[in-house]
This record gives sequence, structure tokens and C-alpha cells, in this order.
Amino acid sequence: MKIAITSYGEDCHAAIDSRFGRADYFLIYDQDKEAWESLPNTQNLEAAHGAGIQAGQAIAKTGASVLITGHVGPKAFKVLEAGKIAMYSIGDMSGSVEDALAAFLEGKLAVIDVPGAMNHGK
Amino acid sequence: MKELVIVSGKGGTGKTSISAALAFLSSQKVLIDCDVDAANLHLVSGAIIRETHEFKAGFEPNVDENKCTSCGQCTDLCRFGAITAGVITTPLNCEGCGVCAFNCPEHAISMLEKQAGHWFLADTHLGQLIYAELGLSVENSGKLVSKVRQEGKKIAKAKKFPLMITDGPPGIGCPAIAALSGASLALAVVEPSLSSIHDLKRLVDLVAHFKIPLAVCINKSTLHRENTREIIAWCHSKAIPIMGQLPYSDAFRIAVQSGKTVLEMEDAAVIEEMTKLWHNLAKRLEVSITESNIGFFRKKLNIFQ
Amino acid sequence: MLISIASGKGGTGKTTLALLLASIHSDITLIDCDVEEPNCHLFLKPEWQDQGQEVAVMIPQINIELCNGCETCSTVCLFNAIAISGGAALLFNELCHSCGGCILACQQGAITEAKKLIGTITTGTSPIFPTIQFLSGSLDIGTPSAVPLIKAIKEKVSHLAGDILLDCPPGTSCSMVTAVKDSDFCILVTEPTPFGKHDLELAMNITHLLNIPTGVVINKSDENIGDESIESLCHIRQIPVLAKIPHSFSFAKEYAAGFIPDEFQAVAATIWSQLNAKGSEGI
Repeated sequence: MKIAITSYGEDCHAAIDSRFGRADYFLIYDQDKEAWESLPNTQNLEAAHGAGIQAGQAIAKTGASVLITGHVGPKAFKVLEAGKIAMYSIGDMSGSVEDALAAFLEGKLAVIDVPGAMNHGK
Repeated sequence: MKELVIVSGKGGTGKTSISAALAFLSSQKVLIDCDVDAANLHLVSGAIIRETHEFKAGFEPNVDENKCTSCGQCTDLCRFGAITAGVITTPLNCEGCGVCAFNCPEHAISMLEKQAGHWFLADTHLGQLIYAELGLSVENSGKLVSKVRQEGKKIAKAKKFPLMITDGPPGIGCPAIAALSGASLALAVVEPSLSSIHDLKRLVDLVAHFKIPLAVCINKSTLHRENTREIIAWCHSKAIPIMGQLPYSDAFRIAVQSGKTVLEMEDAAVIEEMTKLWHNLAKRLEVSITESNIGFFRKKLNIFQ
Repeated sequence: MLISIASGKGGTGKTTLALLLASIHSDITLIDCDVEEPNCHLFLKPEWQDQGQEVAVMIPQINIELCNGCETCSTVCLFNAIAISGGAALLFNELCHSCGGCILACQQGAITEAKKLIGTITTGTSPIFPTIQFLSGSLDIGTPSAVPLIKAIKEKVSHLAGDILLDCPPGTSCSMVTAVKDSDFCILVTEPTPFGKHDLELAMNITHLLNIPTGVVINKSDENIGDESIESLCHIRQIPVLAKIPHSFSFAKEYAAGFIPDEFQAVAATIWSQLNAKGSEGI
């Protein structure tokens, strides 16, 4: 199973980013290989509109089946849902990407089952 | 951090004057002007620009004359009437879709990022202000509004300010939606004219559509008392709180002309009602009221009363 | 003659002027192009001729059966309105500009087009002003772009002869440009404040860019420093000041109640005589 986590940096010691569409990086953890992979989100960061949509597509493309982030807007939610990607919220937790992964594996994170506030125009 | 967005369906109801006055009364806040079509807040706050940033959004086609064979393919495919005989004749019509570029058999067209405006960080006597200027006839106003909000939030976060005051755009379209989404409270400024009441109703529908808490402030309330009563009754029926009623006063116009806030015009009735408005808003937003500014006006009021 | 009435700043008196000018004309078409917040009908209290014409834009329809999730459509969509997820394309209407790029790009023939309603155009005559033919556009709430609706209204009146007045949306963005474009003359309404002046300048840049002859009307005139500053701007830009409408509490009050006061009919008449002179010069 692959797990995607939004992050401020390109390795697993970086801080988690609560933004999804405009997160700096996506870090992908491959459970089978026990390996990390990083995916910069530069393009979407500056996108005129539809950043969440494109970020959702990028995650779907990695083959991840779980996403750990802060907020998922309604459009991104639709994309992730269509890709059958389970979304988990870091809530008010702060810390590194590794911490977030550990919390998820321990079953401490809540499922995101409704989209958050919309950021129209972004 | 709380985000107060001052809006009105109709233009010219007093959004900017009220935003400036509220900013004057609140001590710890960042100010942003989301009317990127025609920003005005910097004109009454003595703004000195500290930073200027380019804003890029969308794309525009660029034709390589050496490769173009004038085959006419792009002219046929363009749905916006921007291309005549293989030449981009009416750039104002172009929406930057890239259909011409993707379908050019000679690959003679490339899509370049479009310079769409600027945004500024300014120091004003009301605090730090972020405002923007959209390029002529650019359609990405929603994106620029989002950018202004994003930069405002950064400052609020860095300085640990509890409040961001947004002077919003008129209308109910893309920029208004971009300014309102996710806000803590929308304050609709309405005047007792039929036009303004009509536009308020459309605005209320929009705000409800995006599930944003809404309050109303009646400006120029003494212009037409019957309509004012109608607004109050209508808001009451919709359970929309009325946070303030500002009387019709020449002080607003004179303040704008002298580049000041209306509070500095020494119109006792306006000062009193504006202060009430701010108290109600601060309470609703759970933002603490700094007594220094209010106290100053209390003293001033005592002189008049 | 197609005359657009615009202003950078909102609330300067576009609708007031449009109504004033229309009310003293013997045979005119008045169009409310401020589709986000149309207001003219509040004063004309028209009898609508019909249910109104619905305006639609074409948006793509994706046939999931035929879609192979190849990503071509999402790559060519520069508005980021399409995403591929779960093996098929997903469309977001609100970001779509109806450019047709995805349809051209799809090799599977999986994308077709269908109509999506965005607003209504209604036509009517006013019992109060029987000489005014009235058209009004109204944008459906939550629709991000007013441009296609404004285009549809202008298309509808493009064959009409005689004088047409367009009450335009405020600002200087795409909606205002779409409304002002192709008019024979543009009247910019301003007020004598720094706000009015600042926004007037932006609006002047637009009409200059569009190459439309322009004149200015100063509303809420105070015959004072505010007026002077607008006049000096007009002088520098070589744009005539057509008229001044004095600041008047009684006018504002009647207007608030939904009436077009006859207080400034003489001012409107001088504007018409200047417009007609320009018309006969072939502006």
C-alpha cells in the first residue's frame, strides 16, 4: 500500500503541510518497499485555478490509496473519491511527516468524509 | 485568526469608508483590499508602498511568424473570436484556452504565461495593507483576490494578529466568491434604496450558497426611513443580525476628499454609530476591543454631546 | 447609435444616468448589462413580455464507457477543469470556459457537449415610460462568469436600429469590457472624489484600448475641488466632460424610493444634444 502525505519539505523529517491543493510537496511512502518518494507540487502552487483538482489527479497517478493532509476542498474531494483514495486528517497535530505516518498506522487519525471549506478562485 | 469581509451587492454603498473606519478602531489587524478591479482603500489611508510584486495568471498565445503558414486552422477553432486569418487580432477576446496552440499543425503557437497585474504591500496610518491592481481586462480577478487574501493571512500569522479586515468587491461573481469563501463573517453594507435592497437579497443567496455567517450594516439609514424599516424587517425575517445603522452624512464624502477616515470628521452621530458597529462586530468575532482607540472617541464624543 | 454607460467605481450613478437619458428619448432600447446586480427594472417596473430567454453555455459531457483515462483532455485544459482519477476523466463545470479543447483532443470520442444554463434575458415595456424598449439580463446565482450572458444580450440587440443604451457592470474586468466593446460611444460616470477619479482613470484606459470615443459625466457634483480634479484629468486625457449632475439630497431620496426624478431632465437633454452632434459627425 502507498500512503501520500502533504509536506513542507522533500524528506520525511519535514513538517506536515495542512494544505492539500497548494501543499509544497507530496511525500509517498511505499509500505511494501519501506521507501519514501517525494513529489514537488510547484506547478499547482502557482496554478490560476483548479490546484486541488490537479493535486488530486497527481495523487491518483502515484497509485496511493491513502492521503494524509489537513483540509481537502470539495473539488479535490471529488477527484480523490473517484480515485478511491481514503483521506485522513492530521487535525490540529503538528510535527514531521514521519510522525503523521506513525499516527496513521496507530489508527489515531480521523477519516475525512466530507469536504472542507471551498477556496474558490484558487 | 478571524476574517471579516465587508461586501455589498451594489457598488458605492460605502464598503471602503466603513472598512477604513473599522480598521481605525481596531488595533491589531491586517487590512486587505479585495476590490482588485478598482482598489480604493489605499487612497484614504495614506498608503506608502513597501513591496511591489508581479502577478501572473493564465496564458496568452504567441505566434511564431516564421512557422505560421496561414492555414486558418486556428481561426476556425477559436470560439472567442480572437483570431482572424491566423493572426491574433483581438487579444481582449482571448481567454487563453490554448486551443489554437494545441491544434496548430505547424506548432507555430506557444502559450506564454500572462502578466495579469500587481499586488502591493503598503504601510498606512491604519496598519499594513495588501492591495492589488488587475491588468486591463484580465479575467483572473478571482485568483488575484485569493492571492491578496493569502498574503494578508501570512502577515496576520507572522504578527499574530487576531483579525483581518477585507474591503470586498461589489457584485456576486467570481471576485466576490473568491473574497468570501471560508471567511469568518461577511458584513453586507446596504443603503435604503430599492437597488441596494434588491442586490442585498442576491448577495444573501450567494453567502448562503457558500455557508458563510452574515451580518448587515445599514449605511445612509436616514436617507429613506421607510426603506430602512423594510430592511430591518426583512433581515429580521431571515434571522440576519443588523450590526449597525449609520446616518446619511456629508462627512463620508468630505472624509474621502481629504484622504481620511470618516471618524476623523467629527460628526458625532457617525462616530457613535460606527463605534457601536465595531463593538457589535468585535463581540460577534470574539476579538478583543482595544480601549485606547475607543476611549479617544468617547472623549471626543463628550465634547459634542 | 449604441451608447454604453460605464464607470470604474460602483455606485457612481450609471443606472441613474441610463434611466435619465432613456426617460426623455422618444424611441429607445435600454439594456441592463449589469447582470450580476441588474437594477433598471426596479425603476421601470416593466410588464415582461414573456418568461424570458434562457441563456446557456456548452460544456463537455464525458462518456465514462468510452474514456480510457489517457489524460490528454486534462493536459490540454489550461483552466484545470478536468482531472483523471479512478481511470476516467472528471469534469468541473465551474472552471470550464467552453473552449472545446478537450473535445478536439480526445482520441476516444468520449467527449460531447451539452447545454448548461447560466442566466436569463427578459424583455419588456414600462407602463411609466412607454417609449422605452427594455431588456435585462440576470445571472444565475453561483455562476462565476457573466461574460457569456453579456455576449448573448449584445448578440440579441446587434440587429436593432435606432439608439440603444447599455447600463454596464462596474469595474474594468472582463464583464465591463465585454459590455462596453463595440459601442459607438461610451459615457463614463464618475463622482468628484479621489475614489471616483482613481477608478475613472482605469475605465478611461479601457475605452482607450478599445478605441471607443468617450465622454465623462460628473455625478454628485459639488462645483468645488472634487470637480476640478476630475476636470483636469479629463483635460489631460482629452476627454470631454459632457455634463455635471449636482449633488442633491432630494434626488438621492427619490431615487432610493425607486423613482426617476425629473429634476435633471435638462442635464440629460444637453447630453443627448452632444451625443447627437457626435453621431452626425459620424464619431
